[in-house]
Amino acid sequence: MKRGLSTIALAAAASLGLTGAAFAETTVGLLLPYSGTYAALGNDITDGFNFAIEEAGRADAFAIVREDTEAKPPVGLAMARKLVLEDEVDVLVGVVSSGVLGALRDFVDGAEVPLIVANAGNDAATGEACSPYIVRVSFSNAQVNRPMGQWLVDQGIGKVYTLAPDYAAGHQMIEAFTEAYAAAGGEVVGGEFTPFGQTSDFGPYLTNAGSSGAEAIFVFYAGGEAISFVKQYGSFGKKLPLYGSGFLTSPLYVGAEGEAAVGVTASLHYVPTLDTPENKAFVDAFKAKFERTPSEYSVQGYDAARTLMAAIDSGAADRASIAAALPKVSYASPRGPVEIDPATNNVVQNIYIYETVADGDGLTQKVVGTVEAVRDEPNGCELQ
Amino acid sequence: MDAGFWVLQLLNATQFSMLLFLLSVGLTVIFGLLHFVNLAHGALYMLGAYVGISVAASSGSFWAAFILAPIAVTAIGAVLYVTLIDRLRGAGPMNQVLVTFGLIFVFLDVVRLLWGDVALSLTAPKSLSGAAEILGVSYPAYRLFIIGLGAVVMASLWLVLSRTQIGAMIRASVENEAMAAALGINVGRLFFSVFCLGCALAGLAGVAAAPIVSATTGMGISILIPTLIVVVIGGLGSLQGAILGSFIVGFIETFGAVLLPGFAAVLIYVLLAAVLVLRPEGLLPARG
Repeated sequence: MKRGLSTIALAAAASLGLTGAAFAETTVGLLLPYSGTYAALGNDITDGFNFAIEEAGRADAFAIVREDTEAKPPVGLAMARKLVLEDEVDVLVGVVSSGVLGALRDFVDGAEVPLIVANAGNDAATGEACSPYIVRVSFSNAQVNRPMGQWLVDQGIGKVYTLAPDYAAGHQMIEAFTEAYAAAGGEVVGGEFTPFGQTSDFGPYLTNAGSSGAEAIFVFYAGGEAISFVKQYGSFGKKLPLYGSGFLTSPLYVGAEGEAAVGVTASLHYVPTLDTPENKAFVDAFKAKFERTPSEYSVQGYDAARTLMAAIDSGAADRASIAAALPKVSYASPRGPVEIDPATNNVVQNIYIYETVADGDGLTQKVVGTVEAVRDEPNGCELQ
Repeated sequence: MDAGFWVLQLLNATQFSMLLFLLSVGLTVIFGLLHFVNLAHGALYMLGAYVGISVAASSGSFWAAFILAPIAVTAIGAVLYVTLIDRLRGAGPMNQVLVTFGLIFVFLDVVRLLWGDVALSLTAPKSLSGAAEILGVSYPAYRLFIIGLGAVVMASLWLVLSRTQIGAMIRASVENEAMAAALGINVGRLFFSVFCLGCALAGLAGVAAAPIVSATTGMGISILIPTLIVVVIGGLGSLQGAILGSFIVGFIETFGAVLLPGFAAVLIYVLLAAVLVLRPEGLLPARG
């Protein structure tokens, strides 16, 4: 009977891919949403991560255990505990939702397990709630939007109307933009936060924006809401120019927005049309493997793996040494030069201002401005 | 804020109300006639959108999608009726809610398997993609089409229910099922037809909404709540209730967003609570 049980346990372990752990040097816990609203992002980040370790010929050096956070904070926390306590992973990679990141923060900080954040942009995670164990390779909400303030004023746009979904990320993105825009001399003449996940008709808000006296609209929307918003903006005749946070016209779903997205200008930390040798090689190889253009999410997964491999190459092997090595990493990513800021553990990177333009039957991204090496202020973070 | 602004918002509110009407009328008639709580109604709306997108992609024609998507959803509804719904009719509301709630997740994962997780969309037909001049303002032609579609469905249902023999049979069965059966009405077949019609309208709403909103795996669940609110406010089982409820919810959502943006999300629930306290049977229930 006992023997039977251990056979079952072995079989179960094998089916989870744990048997490989005996040979792998590093065990990675991928903590991402694989179901629910953000499943597409979880899959894209996973593809980017796996692509990086395969490209480096080091797939065998990593044992990967995946868990689904469902983008829900309690589920994410339970899965993080499971990965850390049961699977004894050396490093956690993932987290799409800022809510999940907030729920995990105290646990990973207390358990002293390094977490490489591959999406969640919550400013607090590398601000007042920063931790020596949390390193972010994706972006912060403020980092992506701040550069648009000065840029819009430089384009001669003095009055804007803002829109975003009514939740933490929406508020942070718009606040960062508003602050920078006001500092540069622009005026936000009005704005609203729309009920998150409940708004399917943006017509009333677009009509409000049209009568507000603004010269342009600045918005943050992502995923399904971004598609609905841009299409409805198009159907109302594009009366005001539309600017936004770059997730609005992400290459992951800009195809679904179609012609309505043409002319929309937004800021983001990566676009697949960047003209650098690193990016061209990356895009070609990614397309050859997955038959699609990489998005910013693919690159975030890719850079999470690159950052981890760079830390391991510098001699790190266990949780403590990986956590210590991560903030010292810098290299040439497809998105341009990246480094981790030891003052906040947030990535320092270029922000690209790009316009979505028609390219034959499809759409492509034309970079119209680059703000180099954007670095967040510590904002209460006391790592140094 | 000039007159044009209010005309635009009026059109926005009407358009949203019509979309809600297409969804809620099927749900409320099934509710009233079969005494059946079909929570999977939103999932059928989602299927209408996704099937429509696939048909349009393979045929290149929006109108093919517009015709075929409701038919496909009706077929799915018919299979559901024969395999599950009919058996559950005497099973009590708790079992019905649990089974149809489970169906939401089944359909959600079916859609994820077939269409993936990335949100999709449908392009409005060329003839409706521009703007039209109406009441002194320029308004998206496709949204006017939705308003027209809702009005046509509303008028046809009203004519059928009030002026035809089938309508009389449906009204009789809603009023008193046993008596209707005793008078020789084939209640079983009537229920089946009405259920299929409800599914067809859900599919129609899905494909009609797809050029305006994006198709996501969450769309069926997020539309279910306003639809249920329409049904509860309007009163179970009546066409007039569905019309009134749709317009109340559509106008409150739109003008709430315009006049009291901070409360837009709450207003409709306040109204729902008020109706439940003052008139728990709804404003225009089928049975007096």
